[in-house]
Amino acid sequence: MKLFHVLKPGAFTIVQDLGRYGYLRYGVPVSGAMDTFSHVTANLLVANHPNDATLEITLLGPELESLAETEIAITGANLSPKINKTNAPMWRTVRIKKGDILSFGTPQNGCRAYLAVRGGINVPEVLGSRSTYTRGGFGGINGRPLRAGDTIYGFNKTESLSVKLEMPRELVPEYPKEYVVRVILGPQAESFTKEGIETFFSSVYTITTESDRMGYRLDGPSIEHVDKADIVSDAILPGAVQVPESGKPIIMMRDAQTTGGYTKIAVVTTPDLSLLAQAKPGNTIKFVKTSLAEARSHLIEFHRKLNTIKTKFLKKP
Amino acid sequence: MAIRPTRYFPFGDSALVVEIGDVIDLEVNAKVLALDQAITQSKIFGIQECVPTYRSLLIRYNPLKTTYEELVFQIRNLEGSIQEVTVEERETKEIVVPVVYGGKYGPDLKYVAEIHGLTEEEVVRIHSAKRYRVYMIGFIAGFPYLGVVDDEIATPRLKTPRIRVPEGAVGIAEKQTGIYPREAPGGWRIIGRTPMKLFNPSRHPPSLLKPGDIVKFKPITEREFRALKAKQ
Repeated sequence: MKLFHVLKPGAFTIVQDLGRYGYLRYGVPVSGAMDTFSHVTANLLVANHPNDATLEITLLGPELESLAETEIAITGANLSPKINKTNAPMWRTVRIKKGDILSFGTPQNGCRAYLAVRGGINVPEVLGSRSTYTRGGFGGINGRPLRAGDTIYGFNKTESLSVKLEMPRELVPEYPKEYVVRVILGPQAESFTKEGIETFFSSVYTITTESDRMGYRLDGPSIEHVDKADIVSDAILPGAVQVPESGKPIIMMRDAQTTGGYTKIAVVTTPDLSLLAQAKPGNTIKFVKTSLAEARSHLIEFHRKLNTIKTKFLKKP
Repeated sequence: MAIRPTRYFPFGDSALVVEIGDVIDLEVNAKVLALDQAITQSKIFGIQECVPTYRSLLIRYNPLKTTYEELVFQIRNLEGSIQEVTVEERETKEIVVPVVYGGKYGPDLKYVAEIHGLTEEEVVRIHSAKRYRVYMIGFIAGFPYLGVVDDEIATPRLKTPRIRVPEGAVGIAEKQTGIYPREAPGGWRIIGRTPMKLFNPSRHPPSLLKPGDIVKFKPITEREFRALKAKQ
């Protein structure tokens, strides 16, 4: 079933699901939606499975012509979505008709918006996932961002939603300019001096323009190593905070390479990494130390919140 | 002694690292792979996937089903049972990788020869004489880290990495050698190129090589390279 005709692709619009797991040992990154929370919520608002594919839209959104009568939901960053040039509501189910034009305007806050369509976006699964991994050239639409002229397909869903769903206002996240990010020290915290660790936790770091789905390069006070910044390469997962010789931290994001040879001072917690998807170059980050036990309760809380949204709070507008 | 007492570190809220050593060493890597195999077979509750590297094993787990402490306890128990496993007991395969060396296919071959006071032919002979072990796959999908390269031809990386290294490029970085499965930026000294396809996401498993496998390079001519490439 044809969903959209791409009139304008936007700056970087890609198909993502929850990620590609099980192939890290072959060097395949996890990929997946940068902002898990918004991706899952968008799906829930059109009664999809959380792993169904959505469009991840970065800063400058696309212009899409609807080829079907269906339901959509837009969550995450407010990139001024419009339907036929009229402001479109976010965080709720929206019905669209054949011929409607979905477009985006000036980014208001956040960095990445998610567009879910009833039934999910239909692209072939590659290694068990529909996520686009652009550096590897696979997943999503031929491993690349949208292009003008593309057709986006969905799955045939005959029954439309009987109710429109809406996220309660109090559960809609706010995206700050200053992010406070919880981290768990390690695995190479020992490679840093006491002063270095202190610098890491007491300084404010700025996200530079050299930031994308692979990693965010930060600027700020240099973190001191005991000896050297290089290690015999070991594994990397999204969230790892690498500190190369320059002493300036790099937060690895969803398309992070699977191994690396820089010391990792700490790892960002899962819920906070999801929120960091909305941080833009120029925004700042302050790292806060958390324990494994605290991080675990935050994670349980994160899942409970999504579950609550699913079972209880999605209500008729 | 490369093998020290095993150390455990948290890696965020959903993974942990079992560190066997901190050097490139056959014994260390063999123990990593043995532990990887033991954990995979043990089906410990909550473990989602393991990532073996040169010297450590990363374990991704579901923190809603298990905890760091519980996993460390269980893996410590397993560790005791694999002390005696040797490299030969693992299922490995030997893969011959055809390579056209030098010229436009290996722009750094001349440099590698010059700094070691060798001829290009001697570098090729030394590089292709050895059986290399796949220590790990990483960097980009399907990229094998092979070792170890003889001191006679071990060469540091480029000071400034190239923006584009072509698919199939065979490089040297210190005592490691590796193959680029896809065009990527990179700083390894490129001495040749293989027509072999190392990574294919629609194949299972997607990577031709896996840690523990053995690679032997076989010099081929430009003509053979083109013929093999055309066959794909």
